[in-house]
Amino acid sequence: MTTAIDRSKTYSEIEAEQWLRMYRRMLMIRVFEEQVNDLYTRALMPGLAHLYIGEEAVAVGVCEALRQTDYITSTHRGHGHCLAKGAALDRMFAELLGKEAGYCKGKGGSMHIADPDTGNLGANAIVGGSAGIATGAAFSARRLKTDQVSVCFFGDGALGQGLLYEVMNMAALWKLPVIYVCENNLYNEYAHNSETLAGDMLARGSAFGLHAENVDGQDVRAVYRTAREIVDHVRQGAGPAFLVCQTYRFMGHHVGDINREYYRSKQEEQMWKTERDPIKVLGDWLTAQNLADRARFDQIHAEVKSEVEKAVQFAMAAPYPSPDKVGQDVYA
Amino acid sequence: MPETRELTLGEAVREALAEEMRRDSRVFICGEDIAEAGTVFKVLTGLVDEFGKERVLDTPISEAGFTGIAVGAAMTGMRPVVDIMFGDFVTLTMDQMVNQAAKVHYMSGGKWKVPMVMRATLGATRRSAAQHSQSLHAWFCHVPGLKVVLPSTPYDAKGLLKTAIRDDNPVVFFEDKMMYRLKGPVPVEEYTIPFGVADIKRAGSDITIVATSSMVQVALGAAKLLEEFDISAEVIDPRTVWPLDEKTLIGSAKKTSRVMVVDEGYERYGVTAEIASVIAEGAFYDLEAPVKRIGAMHVPIPFSPPLEDATVPTEKSVFEAAKALCSGGL
Ligand SMILES: Cc1ncc(C[n+]2csc(CCOP(=O)(O)OP(=O)(O)O)c2C)c(N)n1
Ligand SMILES: [Mg+2]
Repeated sequence: MTTAIDRSKTYSEIEAEQWLRMYRRMLMIRVFEEQVNDLYTRALMPGLAHLYIGEEAVAVGVCEALRQTDYITSTHRGHGHCLAKGAALDRMFAELLGKEAGYCKGKGGSMHIADPDTGNLGANAIVGGSAGIATGAAFSARRLKTDQVSVCFFGDGALGQGLLYEVMNMAALWKLPVIYVCENNLYNEYAHNSETLAGDMLARGSAFGLHAENVDGQDVRAVYRTAREIVDHVRQGAGPAFLVCQTYRFMGHHVGDINREYYRSKQEEQMWKTERDPIKVLGDWLTAQNLADRARFDQIHAEVKSEVEKAVQFAMAAPYPSPDKVGQDVYA
Repeated sequence: MPETRELTLGEAVREALAEEMRRDSRVFICGEDIAEAGTVFKVLTGLVDEFGKERVLDTPISEAGFTGIAVGAAMTGMRPVVDIMFGDFVTLTMDQMVNQAAKVHYMSGGKWKVPMVMRATLGATRRSAAQHSQSLHAWFCHVPGLKVVLPSTPYDAKGLLKTAIRDDNPVVFFEDKMMYRLKGPVPVEEYTIPFGVADIKRAGSDITIVATSSMVQVALGAAKLLEEFDISAEVIDPRTVWPLDEKTLIGSAKKTSRVMVVDEGYERYGVTAEIASVIAEGAFYDLEAPVKRIGAMHVPIPFSPPLEDATVPTEKSVFEAAKALCSGGL
């Protein structure tokens, strides 16, 4: 009983500026993550870092279809979602470095960025752990009669978690405005998902009556168009949806995952990087359409690079929280 | 004295919920068989008639799922009250309570709040066997970010539940199944009871019995038996085990110099251990004997009545232990 989405309804031609904005966002995430990699390998960043490089089109395409007041929940691989939803680079870096100026005053770190101002309910380091929260936010939107929608980002590994199916069932029963976005990057840590997933991925959503759709997660235009249609329907009360984005992480599971050949080949990685890089895919299309030229791209690259550099400098210079803050914020 | 009437503990809980739902349209209840059925214990009977099925929301049998939804709803403007039929089923909600609800506020640097209540039951001796009889409240006390409430009377249940619903933090509220029919005076007028304030249920001078939930009734019964032996027992109910009113407990211990702690949770690593340690540290030089603890035996709760009765504290076991403590023996 999946709700049919009206394909004949075309959106007005999206301005080149909007595609360029998405290009810029994806690039910002890419350069941010490269910077994280650098900080981490130079031992300037504590903890763990799960890079989003290669998957930028998913977060950017989906979040472009959202309003600032819409909700998202994110994952351990969450920097991209937070930035795509509007987080500022400097406070992101500050949080990753454990500084007081960070989004969570240094108490959350890389895996827990949260920001009410951009509707970010929080990144979550429990695989699949935010499915309830995202669904609950949709529940509030329904009850409080706001027209917000809620997006739950999660990896293909989260399809192994029962919570997801419990809340999908309730979201469908109660027609909640929630979209479950599965980032299928093929791997759960160091295991290919052919070893962890039985049956059909999309059917996991359609079994509950969710509108379920697959999209090429390396093509931001496809992600955006599909997300836009789904978001509109969900916002109008059509009930929840399940969007599977086919994507790939270019780097290791986390920054320290260097030798990966025991679970995936260099050729496979190379293929994705050269042929399926979301930034290149969009760049090539923009060039072919004569919507941007070399000079324009160079300008964007230079601007993004300088913004990221400034943000890192801010975070490096920012003070750590004083240890006496450790007991604050346990209770509201 | 304010005007009161007799209510059962179940009625007091229901009245607290109804008052808070009238007062604040963001409050709703969700759980299994809570609407027309009014829960398996009939505690919520009638609420659906007043508030409708949207606010007294029957859910699928998905404890983790509806608890998670409550966490998200609480973060975004609602004030959910989650109903967990048997306290044993809290195990299914643990990630949502422990890793999500309890940590959201801290992890977000104080930005998101989770004003939700989880109501669950506890208590053995209903011949319900190992999976429907446990008292697992200690699990939640162990986790920073949660508050844990254990009412022992209709008066406390009502006042504490209203406070729980108004609290901006996740609160776990345990009701002893065996106490739902317990009657007691409840003021006609509205009132709330602050968290972290213990209540002296019976004043005494020879021994302090700290007791929680239905163990308060057990301790009061034991105190009566002790009276016949000229032992004057003070019975203190912490009412909230977190936050814990350490000051009142330590004060009473210093006064009586002998302390027992009685709780229906498993004794090993349980609530009794924590309270005994707080008292031992705070009143050591005033104590004449080690603090004695009685909790549930370290066995799964058995079905057969004579077996089950041996596993949890009773008036008799509390009386005997208290008497031994007062006569120097342990
Ligand atoms: C409940 C839980 N189990 C295990 C882990 C450890 N862990 C962290 S990431 C990860 C793999 C997640 O895979 P996926 O959901 O596909 O996300 P991806 O890393 O591919 O983005 C695992 C097993 C965890 N964080 N939470
Ligand atoms: Mg994955």
